[in-house]
Amino acid sequence: MFTSFLIKYAEIGVKGKNRYLFEDALVRQIRHALHKCDGTFQVHKSQGRIYVDALSAFDFDETVERLQTVFGISGICPVMTVEDQGFEQLGKDVISYMAETYGDKKLTFKVAARRARKNYPMDSMEINMEMGGVILDAFPEMRVDVHDPDVYLHIEIREKIHIYSTIIPGLGGMPVGTGGKGMLLLSGGIDSPAAGYMIAKRGVKIDAVYFHAPPYTSERAKQKVIDLAKQLSRYTGPVYLHVINFTDIQLYIYDKCPHDELTIIMRRYMMRIAELIAEETECLGLITGESIGQVASQTMHSLAVTNEVCTLPVYRPLIGMDKQEIVEIAEKIGTYETSILPYEDCCTIFVAKHPVTKPNAGVIRRHEQNLKDKIEELVKTALETKELIVVE
Amino acid sequence: MEVYLDNSATTKSYACVAETVSKVMVDDYGNPSSMHMKGVEAERYIRWAKEVIAGNLKVSEKEIVFTSGGTEGDNLALIGAAAASRRAGCHIITTCIEHPAVLQTMRYLENQGFQVTYLPVDRYGILNLEDLRCAIRRDTILVSIMHTNNEVGSLQPIEEAGALIKSINPRIIFHVDAVQGYGKFRIYPKRMHIDLLTVSGHKIHGPKGVGFLYINEKVRISPIVFGGGQQKGMRSGTENVPGIAGLGRAVEKIYENLEEERAAMYGLKEHFIRGVLQIPDIRINGLTGEKSAPHVVSVSFRGIRSEVLLHALEEKGIYVSAGSACASNKAPKPSDTLRAMGVEKDLLDSTLRFSFSVFTTEEEIDYTLQTLYDIVPMLRKYTRH
Repeated sequence: MFTSFLIKYAEIGVKGKNRYLFEDALVRQIRHALHKCDGTFQVHKSQGRIYVDALSAFDFDETVERLQTVFGISGICPVMTVEDQGFEQLGKDVISYMAETYGDKKLTFKVAARRARKNYPMDSMEINMEMGGVILDAFPEMRVDVHDPDVYLHIEIREKIHIYSTIIPGLGGMPVGTGGKGMLLLSGGIDSPAAGYMIAKRGVKIDAVYFHAPPYTSERAKQKVIDLAKQLSRYTGPVYLHVINFTDIQLYIYDKCPHDELTIIMRRYMMRIAELIAEETECLGLITGESIGQVASQTMHSLAVTNEVCTLPVYRPLIGMDKQEIVEIAEKIGTYETSILPYEDCCTIFVAKHPVTKPNAGVIRRHEQNLKDKIEELVKTALETKELIVVE
Repeated sequence: MEVYLDNSATTKSYACVAETVSKVMVDDYGNPSSMHMKGVEAERYIRWAKEVIAGNLKVSEKEIVFTSGGTEGDNLALIGAAAASRRAGCHIITTCIEHPAVLQTMRYLENQGFQVTYLPVDRYGILNLEDLRCAIRRDTILVSIMHTNNEVGSLQPIEEAGALIKSINPRIIFHVDAVQGYGKFRIYPKRMHIDLLTVSGHKIHGPKGVGFLYINEKVRISPIVFGGGQQKGMRSGTENVPGIAGLGRAVEKIYENLEEERAAMYGLKEHFIRGVLQIPDIRINGLTGEKSAPHVVSVSFRGIRSEVLLHALEEKGIYVSAGSACASNKAPKPSDTLRAMGVEKDLLDSTLRFSFSVFTTEEEIDYTLQTLYDIVPMLRKYTRH
């Protein structure tokens, strides 16, 4: 029955003169999302709206599911398109549309006609009234309610006539690529993919960095991170995943610094390295999955100490969330199942029984002095041996 | 250098096996149930493989049923035997060091109303026959004991157990999971009082996804897979002809020079153990020498997590297993076998399994030993506090 979708967009509508930039980005993202769907689609802007027209047979559910991964779409309206063959035929088409779309006919409705093609013999008020009558005749249980109807039946008279009434909710947010690029610190955990999702939702393109510590972390742990990036890329488009071999740095810190400060010093080096890659790849900020108080390295004291090594802004979209709220996001975006696979990541392998929870920046800085002989060289090597995986 | 020491997980196929499989897939691809020539040709491979296997076990060809491997063989044997003997009783005996394919099937049978006794083992991973004697009840219908343990390579007294069971009650069905033992030892079910014997193809340099179950013709078991009635209804589904042909080839080949190759493997094992004992603070789990399997050595390295050592060896091209690979896609969990043997708690998670095959060379063992000497002290330095 449906051959096209009318795409409703969220905040783009309120943009000013650069609105076209956002619309073009949305069109591009929709095309990308539908790329892997069965069928051929035409995505186009027309009279201030975005349409997805199916040019071939297509799988309705799969297409909607894909459109529901595109940030910037607030609603997806499946549209029935018919030829203009006079008002009588239109009445029949509308009746069959209503019959198929609504199982329970005991509802209130309002016809909202729009006459974009002005040579149509009736004006929109006339269409509303006449069509209302046609529907009432066909479905005696239905009632008209012009103030708060259950169903808004849109009839748009253009070259052809578009009929739609249902809106499938979209993700909201802004089209990816309109808001710059950020570097996500991606571990194998539950939080970081959710953080990446939250920032991408605001139109930000995501690159990611993963710290790999062979032999302490396994090839499967790395595969798990690639899988997470892949799941994230459903929403964000291709993710450039930078894999850093962190083992030597970690062991060096282990050798030279107090054990209960290992994690915090390690985090500082991760941030430093992430920032170096971010600068090289023109990212405008770092993104982490930290949430206050979740673990020792995420108390406000620890966050202050990790934060001070960066000059780029660090975005922490989960900062005020409880674990359960984060889990809900992870479940929604399909990363949870993968995240809970039990492979050790580099943050846990040497973790002290009682890591510091209220580190003092001065003390940490002083202890980092113990690393001055070799650390720069180790960081340099880590960057030089970085592996880039394009995940899509 | 690539050194594959995870032969208890799976083995490299013999070249002749791969050739046979490929030939069947490309040339003789018929369905053995088809009435035309193509089907008859395919059926010949099955007949031939049955002849080879039956000859090897000294049993009749009609006592061989092809399966998809060890897990299906164990399931068919246990569920099939329990279902068919339900009226005779509901008690089953096994050991606590069996493979999950047996233990999990026992859990299922317990849910179905059967009672299962799990026999303990001694510190070498070996069952005590007195325990078995005491466990047998009037309503015992089935005993299942593995031939060779997959984690530590302990050998069970199969022949003595079989004789004991049958002397108490000849109607008790005796199942032996020989997935690790077949191809290392000659196994004769009739002499050893074995009624059901599970074997897998890929542990003996054959293909994955194929195996067989020997079913004593005097024993009745119910099928667990239903369909077109192939293999006399015992295992419906079009036969895996390439796999079965490959399995036949592998059986022929592995038994060709069995005694010689086994002796060589024992030699390598001794050599490896002598070398590994140079490392302080390690423990060999289970017996050594000819009282144990020729191809498995379980070593605990105090103070090192097995996963880390495994990956460190992997970086040097050496592939081994932590505990048993069969359970490794789940959360790492200390092994049932090692716990049953009373291995100290802090060694459970520090244990690696090295397993050899006919392809293993002394040079590979020396390289592995040298690598262990290099990395073990380094890894012991960096630990969790």
